[in-house]
Amino acid sequence: MSTTTAGIAGNAQAVPSQRFSDAKSGLASRHATNLAVQAVAVLATVLALIPLLWIIGYVIYQGGKSINVELFTEMPRPAGMLGGGVLHSIQGTVILTLLASIFAIPPGVFAAFYVVYWPNTLLGVAVRSATDILSGVPSIVIGLFCYALLVKTTGHYSALAGGVALAILMLPTIIRTTEEMLKLVPRTLYEASAALGAPEWKTSLSVMLPTALNGIATGVILGMARAAGETAPLLFTALGNDRFNAPQIFRGSRALGASVPQALFDVVNQPVDSLPLTLYKYASHPSPDRVEQAWATAFVLLVLVLAINIMARSWVARQTAKQRGR
Amino acid sequence: MLHSRTSAQATPDILIRLRKSLKHGDRIWNAGTAAIATLVLVLVFSIGAMLWVSSEAARKQFGLGFVLPTADYAWNPVTSNFQAWPFIYGTLVTSLLALVLAVPVSLGVAIFLAELSPAWLRGPVGWMIELLVAIPSVIYGLWGVYVFLPAFVRPLGVFLGVLGSVPGFQSIFVGPMPESGSSLLAASFVLAIMITPTITAITRDVFLAISADQREASLALGATRAETILRVLVPYGGSGILGAIVLGLGRALGETMAVTMVIGNSLMGSYSLLQPGYSMASVVASQFLEATDELHLTALIEVGLVLFFITLLLNIIARWLVSRIDRQSSRTAGA
Repeated sequence: MSTTTAGIAGNAQAVPSQRFSDAKSGLASRHATNLAVQAVAVLATVLALIPLLWIIGYVIYQGGKSINVELFTEMPRPAGMLGGGVLHSIQGTVILTLLASIFAIPPGVFAAFYVVYWPNTLLGVAVRSATDILSGVPSIVIGLFCYALLVKTTGHYSALAGGVALAILMLPTIIRTTEEMLKLVPRTLYEASAALGAPEWKTSLSVMLPTALNGIATGVILGMARAAGETAPLLFTALGNDRFNAPQIFRGSRALGASVPQALFDVVNQPVDSLPLTLYKYASHPSPDRVEQAWATAFVLLVLVLAINIMARSWVARQTAKQRGR
Repeated sequence: MLHSRTSAQATPDILIRLRKSLKHGDRIWNAGTAAIATLVLVLVFSIGAMLWVSSEAARKQFGLGFVLPTADYAWNPVTSNFQAWPFIYGTLVTSLLALVLAVPVSLGVAIFLAELSPAWLRGPVGWMIELLVAIPSVIYGLWGVYVFLPAFVRPLGVFLGVLGSVPGFQSIFVGPMPESGSSLLAASFVLAIMITPTITAITRDVFLAISADQREASLALGATRAETILRVLVPYGGSGILGAIVLGLGRALGETMAVTMVIGNSLMGSYSLLQPGYSMASVVASQFLEATDELHLTALIEVGLVLFFITLLLNIIARWLVSRIDRQSSRTAGA
């Protein structure tokens, strides 16, 4: 009996002190874990930034070494000859990106209007899901689709087919940005226009669209930058063409008596090269001169894409800050 | 004369009625936007349908065996025998390894950006991570081939080749790695770099969507920051984070140019990570223009079809997971 009591008393004495020391060491280890977790997160951030700095730094260093004026002003020379430029792919990139914008922007904006006005109808939900799905379709699959749709049926590769492929790639970006931007338009503006008796299409086109236009333009430009850097969808649509020279084709066509639209069509009905396509081909070229041109092309492409991205994003950031300040 | 005058009087009436019945153009507007919106839907369906129709010859010839794992796989344009298993293996193994490499880093960065970073650093670092998404994939490929492979992957491959003699690692680390470093391992690393920003950005947004109450409640109970993050925020945003990972996986599966440039593009002789191989996207990119035989061409289109279905499925799963966190947080905010 007494031993039991003593035992219990002993235990009672022991337990608090033990618990106290437990808590103390537990606290220390919890603090250690806390620091460790935070350190790991910081380390991960540093690790993630290394490739970015490595890629940008190396492309600027290596590409900057081999960049020259010829690159922008000259057509490529035949294999084996030194020098020459990538003017043909600069022309091609401009043509492809313009075509893609023409094909993608109008339907993208109108589809976004539908989605904003009818978000909960069956079609609205379906279209939004389809947009999500479309943005996840691999670009090479879109290339295959356009090959089957446009190249196989017409029997030849063309800038037109490449433009359609890039347009499909841009479409989800345009729909989503336009949707977001239209949603940001204050409801009072819509209501004021409707109260004045304007039909919905007029409200949409002369109130909603102009108000959201800046944001939409930013999204569109980001989409164009992405399209300009794509290669995979062009492999079997635009194909590549190192003798492409748009003004020459246009003049040749005109000389043969074609009308202006006909001559323009002749230009886009040819296979074309683009900067990323040329970069891809030159990267594995046996001639070191071509590899150097690949680096220079990478430099041009990278600066172009990053500049557009940084400008567009800083513009958006400033606008958002302004709106918040208001 | 008289007849024409009556019709002239009648016309405005018809016009007014027409305008009314069209609701001053809104019928046309609504029908027009609906038609264009439907076009997007049609586009997605026609991508699937077109690939399905275009790959008919290969589908009829090889049936389901085309996509199933087989021991004696073949991809031989000479004998016209095509099975996609080596490419499916290449795609799956590189994408999954890329996930294993990218997910811990992405989670770390997202935690840093959403929870730990001082406010002045949050913007610039977030920006830089997002810029990684904007870099065209050929540039990753070029950098990979000439810089990253010789500097990092090749030495790592030599080291792992030594591990290949350890039992248990034999099948996946069989060397020697080719001089260039082109291999499944190289593709995995480049993919990991490419998908890290995608996963990071979405995970960060998931953390930021969690209401401050959750953090404050946990901190008020005496939990440390790390405990709050790991035991409250991560489980709370779990489905959103999973969705981010699945989206990253979707991006890895479909990535073409960078992988084509570093994976080596040769029919695998083994399952080793140190050997060159093919992914589904890279086999299409590198063989399609050379395919003259009808069966070869349609087999490549069928590879595209399989890729389309896999990414379709993954995207649906990912969107569903991410949307769950949105609904969850809005419900909490409402209550």
